[in-house]
Amino acid sequence: MIISIASGKGGTGKTTVATNLAMAIGSDVQLLDCDVEEPNSHLFINPVFEKTITVTTPVPEIDEKKCNLCGKCDEICQFKAIIVIADTTVMTFPELCHSCGGCEKVCPENAIKEISRELGIIQKGYRNGIEFVHGKLRVGEAMSPPLIVRVRSFTKPDKFTIIDAPPGTSCPVIASMKNTDFILLVTEPTPFGLHDLKLAVGAVKMLNIPCGLVINRSDIGDNKVKDFAKKEGVPVLLEIPFDRNIAEAYSRGDMIVEKLPGFKEKFLTLHDNIKRIVN
Amino acid sequence: MKELIIISGKGGTGKTSLMAAFAYLAENKVLCDADVDAADLHLVTAPDILEKHDFQGGNTAIINKDKCTECGLCIDLCKWGAISETFEVNSIECEGCGVCVYFCPEKAIDFPLNTCGEWYISDTRFGPLVHARLGIAEENSGRLVSLIRQEAKKLAEEKGLDLILTDGPPGIGCPVIASIGGADAVLIVTEPSVSGKHDMQRVVQLANHFKVPAFLCVNKFDLNKDITDEIEKFAKEKGLTCLGYIPFDQIFTKAMIQGQTIFEYDSNSSSAQAIRKLWESLLENLSVCMKDK
Repeated sequence: MIISIASGKGGTGKTTVATNLAMAIGSDVQLLDCDVEEPNSHLFINPVFEKTITVTTPVPEIDEKKCNLCGKCDEICQFKAIIVIADTTVMTFPELCHSCGGCEKVCPENAIKEISRELGIIQKGYRNGIEFVHGKLRVGEAMSPPLIVRVRSFTKPDKFTIIDAPPGTSCPVIASMKNTDFILLVTEPTPFGLHDLKLAVGAVKMLNIPCGLVINRSDIGDNKVKDFAKKEGVPVLLEIPFDRNIAEAYSRGDMIVEKLPGFKEKFLTLHDNIKRIVN
Repeated sequence: MKELIIISGKGGTGKTSLMAAFAYLAENKVLCDADVDAADLHLVTAPDILEKHDFQGGNTAIINKDKCTECGLCIDLCKWGAISETFEVNSIECEGCGVCVYFCPEKAIDFPLNTCGEWYISDTRFGPLVHARLGIAEENSGRLVSLIRQEAKKLAEEKGLDLILTDGPPGIGCPVIASIGGADAVLIVTEPSVSGKHDMQRVVQLANHFKVPAFLCVNKFDLNKDITDEIEKFAKEKGLTCLGYIPFDQIFTKAMIQGQTIFEYDSNSSSAQAIRKLWESLLENLSVCMKDK
């Protein structure tokens, strides 16, 4: 089973829920941190990394001796990553390339070959019974979805796989949520939390995946998040009240299932409820 | 004209609450919300929308079944696995690269331009606001960010305003790169947690990579004073100026629920005072950094 943990708004507690759920389950569980722009789960899980892989994506290189400046590559590229200027020069902008392979395919002179651009790295490690994988986007690299896809390729079908998704509702979030069995949304009961939750529920509906809700700092705001969840038929599976001790434990990188009483049971119940909904 | 972007790396460190507070304090400015896929600034600024425009970015392949002979070439060519065996294009998977459109021997694939969001020019009680809404699951957030930054600049020129204050998105990817490129400075809002510090370090690297001057401030500084010290030490090592410290205070949530800035909610609070000091120090540093340019 694969579940993803998402939120719309940043800082609502996705990583807290993902890491504590993994720790509470403890064995036969995978945690894939797909927030490749700002991966944080490792700071809480502290895995021992045993493998680091550099991930690249193909981009074009032009052999100017073969190129006759016909301009077909410029014409097919939708991302302005190859430009032929006034029939005299051809230029590539590898950072804009989406690796569609169109230019190489269309070139009648076979003047284009693939070289690679580094997207970032993937690291894999373990802590006890948790298999941990995360991606780290290279600083300066704009495109995170292809790296997210590569992190997800580590999914093992016989395990309970938890994906920590990035904030927002655009392409990196969709890349982290699609083709999962369940989406656990984490929000806080504030106007920003509610507004971004509505967007996240919209994305979940578009993907047609069952979902549930965790309300973090559940007593700091108003009831509008609960009213919305009820109206949309999204079950509230866990509420975590505001507690400065939790905030302080989080700030140090401590796990609440280890440091505060009662939380391990709460996360195990959450796990059971998710399995029940999916099956 | 100065353009300042507020970013954080990590989400939820308080960018938008701080931005709203600055909106109250700043004079002669245009506000801009560049967090286009989860924009929240309008929840505090309550804009009256004056202009609404479609944002078109990218195309999506659509197979015309009347012309399609089901030869399967498009399925072979598509690097995104977006075309099913029954020759339907999954619009969520389609990258808009047009390779299938180009090579289809029957010219059976249409490639319409997407309307994938909206952008607005609005009036608020703090002055003009340029903001946007990217459609759910849409791409091209970077292009939309670039567009609203240009529009904010145009508006500032037209109205003779000398500051653009921009609320940036979280992360370090496409929309953040589009938000900070060519800006006069970024203010990085961090918090003293292991993740806040980690993410701040990556976003500092990003600002350095694109050669944008960066300033730092620590929100919730008293939540973990050890990490606040570590952040300070890091800033010193990197030659970054830490301009202010804001306490961990529920007042931000209370103000947000009222749809108010912290100054409207309680201008005498210690948090409001801390932000006023931060703002003054930011203005001083901005003018120094503009002189150096």
